[in-house]
Amino acid sequence: MSINLIVLYWNYIIVIMLMMAGLYIIISNQNFIKKLVGLSIFQSSVFIFYISLGKVSGGTAPILTGIEDTVYSNPLPHVLILTAIVVGVATNALGLALVVRIQEAFKSIEEHKLLALKKEDGLKDIQIEDSKEDSAV
Amino acid sequence: MLILDNIPALLVAIPLLASAVVSLLPSARIAWGFAFVTTLICLYMAFELVGIISSTQALSYAFGGWEPPWGIVFVLDSANVYLVLLVAFVSVIATLYAYTMLAREIAVEDLPKAYAVWLLAIASLFGLAMTGDAFNLFVFLEISALSSITLIALGAGQDRRALLAAYNYLIIGAIGATFYVIGVGYLYAATGSLNLIDITDRLNELGTNQAAITGLAFMLAGIMVKAGVFPVHIWLPAAYSYAPSAVSSLLAAVATKVAIYYFARLLFGIFIDITQLVDFFLLYILMPVSVLAIFYGTIAAIYQSDFKRLFALSSIAQIGYITFAFSLNSHSGISAGFIHIINHALIKGALFMAVGIFALGIGSRATMSSMQGVGRQMPITFAGFVLAGLALIGVPLTAGFISKLYLFKAIFETGNGFYVALIALSSVLSVLYLWKIFEVMWLKEPVQPLKIDKEPASAYLPVWLMVGVIMIFGVYSGEVISSGIGAANALIGAR
Amino acid sequence: MSDLQLLLAISLVMPLLSALAVLVFSNQENIRDICGPVGGLITFISAIFIASAIMDGKTVSITLWQIAPGIGFSFAVTPLGALFGLVASGLWILASIYTVGYMRGAKEKNQTRFAFYYAVAIHAAMAISYSGNLMMLFIFYEVLTFSTYPLVAHSQTKEARNAGRLYMGILVATSLLLFLPAIFWVWTVSGTLEFTKGGILPADFPPFLVSVMLAMFAFGIGKAALMPIHRWLPAAMVAPTPVSALLHAVAVVKAGVFSVLTITVYVKAGVFSVLTITVYIFGIDFLNTTGSAVWLAWLAAFSILASSIIAITKDDLKARLAYSTISQLSYIVLGAALATAAATEGAALHIVMHATAKITLFFCAGAIYVNAHIKKISELDGLGPKLPLIFIAFFLASLSIIGIPPMGGSWSKFLLMAGSVDAGMPLMLAVLAISSLLNVYYLLEPCARAFFKPAIKDVHVENHILTIIPPVVTAMISLSLFFTIDWVRPLTTLMVMP
Repeated sequence: MSINLIVLYWNYIIVIMLMMAGLYIIISNQNFIKKLVGLSIFQSSVFIFYISLGKVSGGTAPILTGIEDTVYSNPLPHVLILTAIVVGVATNALGLALVVRIQEAFKSIEEHKLLALKKEDGLKDIQIEDSKEDSAV
Repeated sequence: MLILDNIPALLVAIPLLASAVVSLLPSARIAWGFAFVTTLICLYMAFELVGIISSTQALSYAFGGWEPPWGIVFVLDSANVYLVLLVAFVSVIATLYAYTMLAREIAVEDLPKAYAVWLLAIASLFGLAMTGDAFNLFVFLEISALSSITLIALGAGQDRRALLAAYNYLIIGAIGATFYVIGVGYLYAATGSLNLIDITDRLNELGTNQAAITGLAFMLAGIMVKAGVFPVHIWLPAAYSYAPSAVSSLLAAVATKVAIYYFARLLFGIFIDITQLVDFFLLYILMPVSVLAIFYGTIAAIYQSDFKRLFALSSIAQIGYITFAFSLNSHSGISAGFIHIINHALIKGALFMAVGIFALGIGSRATMSSMQGVGRQMPITFAGFVLAGLALIGVPLTAGFISKLYLFKAIFETGNGFYVALIALSSVLSVLYLWKIFEVMWLKEPVQPLKIDKEPASAYLPVWLMVGVIMIFGVYSGEVISSGIGAANALIGAR
Repeated sequence: MSDLQLLLAISLVMPLLSALAVLVFSNQENIRDICGPVGGLITFISAIFIASAIMDGKTVSITLWQIAPGIGFSFAVTPLGALFGLVASGLWILASIYTVGYMRGAKEKNQTRFAFYYAVAIHAAMAISYSGNLMMLFIFYEVLTFSTYPLVAHSQTKEARNAGRLYMGILVATSLLLFLPAIFWVWTVSGTLEFTKGGILPADFPPFLVSVMLAMFAFGIGKAALMPIHRWLPAAMVAPTPVSALLHAVAVVKAGVFSVLTITVYVKAGVFSVLTITVYIFGIDFLNTTGSAVWLAWLAAFSILASSIIAITKDDLKARLAYSTISQLSYIVLGAALATAAATEGAALHIVMHATAKITLFFCAGAIYVNAHIKKISELDGLGPKLPLIFIAFFLASLSIIGIPPMGGSWSKFLLMAGSVDAGMPLMLAVLAISSLLNVYYLLEPCARAFFKPAIKDVHVENHILTIIPPVVTAMISLSLFFTIDWVRPLTTLMVMP
């Protein structure tokens, strides 16, 4: 890949890097809050993607200036991003609220510990079943 | 007249506003009553819509008077109007069911807020079904996801694993939705429009465009997450299994179906002219994935002892049938898929509701060992459950049979005997897990007395209403069949 | 509603009413036990009227609603259906009398449940005979399977439940894997499922696909017990050996009564379905010209000989009769596969002849058990003089199956032989002849032992009259069918007429 392409499309490369970084954090990190941070990073890469799409070469910010023959960048992606940001905020808020509840219920927000606790819950279910069968017989 | 003209908007607006009001109401009963009346109003409006579409074939509602392609529109045609009716009907029944069941599974002081989120979920499903704008769909997708997550997390009162399931769904759902948005971005870059019909026209002019193809790929990936298509279904079993029963019923019945409808619209309505891509995707990606979904779901269900999880896995298999029907890439295939969307929604809704009542009866989760003989202790609910189970297998005189009939018709038209064998084999396998359940619940002696005096009529009434409709659709199937064919006509034109 | 439609409705509804009456009178044993025979009588009389109307060339049908385009929920009477309706209802009368005597003798519990499901099964059989299209046939075929499950698993022991699972497993699996998809296939290709003389498949349907479709039907209709889908039959009929003598009696009784039921309606419903499908969905001429049933004829021939040979090796009387049944059912499938007028008539008549003969043989086997407590053929030596009527009935029924005049079975065998010549497969004559010889051996052996061998030990013999009368009656019917063949022949002639 030539230096030319990198220079021309540096913003898209950042989009890809952010996207991958975000996904990586979600998948690999054990802490639930950090996963949410990863999700935010992933979503912000999309924001940058849209804004990059909206840029018209030689265009200025899409705010009416009153000067004639101004080239404006496309305002629509900006609007879409505002919506997406709001959605991201809501998602984050809900996620964090869930993390608080998880902490209260499980006393941990680390993935490996939570999986172990979940498994224990499952085993408890089976034990209850077994004891019921015993009492039935 | 004012109302009738604005029904599409009202179908979303009324539950939304009602949700705000309900969250402030003091008593759980009043909150429920308000929610129930709202769903009834939506049902009435949905019927009106069906009437309008049967005469005018298509309806386009522009918000704020802004004409497409600049404004956001809600589009109704034979493909989605029956889906809207389905969502309305199921929400009425589920809300009726929630009166008894949600109250027993969630703390009383939380109920008004629960109903508020419930109405939000319903509003978002209407929006999803009707919208004709790609980005607007993302918004409704997220509203639906967030409200579903909240509803699922409410199950934490009974089992704390509901929180983990909700979190899982949040992460995976958000990734899916973001993929969808990336897809919309590519599509916008290629066509310059967000209106679905406009995009279709512009794609026709463009021909094969790399950006459009990439956009489609991302959009489909995102929708598949929401629809619970294998292998991105992983959030589904845990979510349906730990959520409160009323929530499981509502979500299992309609939430994934709306996403599948949109999936079909993308593939057949919008991208249909990029034939090499769509054909390739359907044959080499969707079909193997659907077959895997069918067998994975069925076989995992056979080995599963927790009832709710079992039926969640069964849902994955059934969604596999629907996507398999679509992957046949024919008019009959699309009809068969849409017919099964309607029938399966009713069947799964009834099944989950019945399982909830059984769990209530014994005071703990419904599993193979805890459910011994419970069928004899709760015969009315069990009878409805059995009928819904027979419909799931596809016994004649139930709605499930009509789905099977048209699915096989579509398969035979492709002339491929291998597909016939696959689907026939999976039908036999699905009999296995239902037979196991029947044996445990009816043929064995009860091991413990029930925790309740008798089956709550207010809870099994919704089950029987659903079952009644399932049986009626099994006998008088003309409406469902013509809705499926109408959907196929709307998407790819009459054959 | 015309008179004929009323009769049709009566013959369908009567068994259900009988079932209901059994439930209602479950505590009054005598009334309850009359419900079966009375219901059977009424149904049989309606079936006679319907059959004679069909012989006069009339038609009758009832359509309730449309399930899907081209498939209606309808009942209609084909000549073959009229014949089978007579068989099912007639033998119900006798079987229900026998059942009552039997179960009372063993002080059976849950007799009500047994009688109830028995009546429902008969209703399913009547609905199968009078089904208006292939979908109705399938629906009631499944109803028959499900309504007989409680009869198989009746004793609710672990063995019974396992037997029930095997039984249901094989039958449901074959019907869902093969039978139902085949029906869907026919519907997709022809747009209809109505039974029409000459068949409904399009003329240009490739012969290879016809063979595939035929195979799906032949193996999918598990009740016809065509090899290799035959294993469920001996398993369901021969009781497992339980622990105590009491249980032993109970289990065997159940199996005994169920064997009778199995013979009268169950397997017959299976071969009836196969025959109806070959005549009215494929069409005899169509099969003939495409030659797509030849492989089935050979498979049926193999099944006939193999099961006869296995029958010879069995010492348990009921097991031997079970394999004999499999063999005889394959005769009917052979007749259907030969696809000529004579062969098809022979097959249809064989349904009647075999049913009467086999029910006699199973009645006798049960009677031998209840009266002398003997199950094995090797222990039958010298029993003849002690149970003369039973063994004479056994002898007569054996003659009918072997195909010797003046027993009814000779007619069906003769027609099957004529049919194989017409079909240009004279080798089948040899198959039928060899099979008759084998029949002689394994069916006459019990009688020979009973009359010509000295008694091994002193056996105490009871005389429960209710177990002796039915086999004698059915043996007489078998005999009389030779002479009164023209009472039923018109139906089969109508079936094969162009």
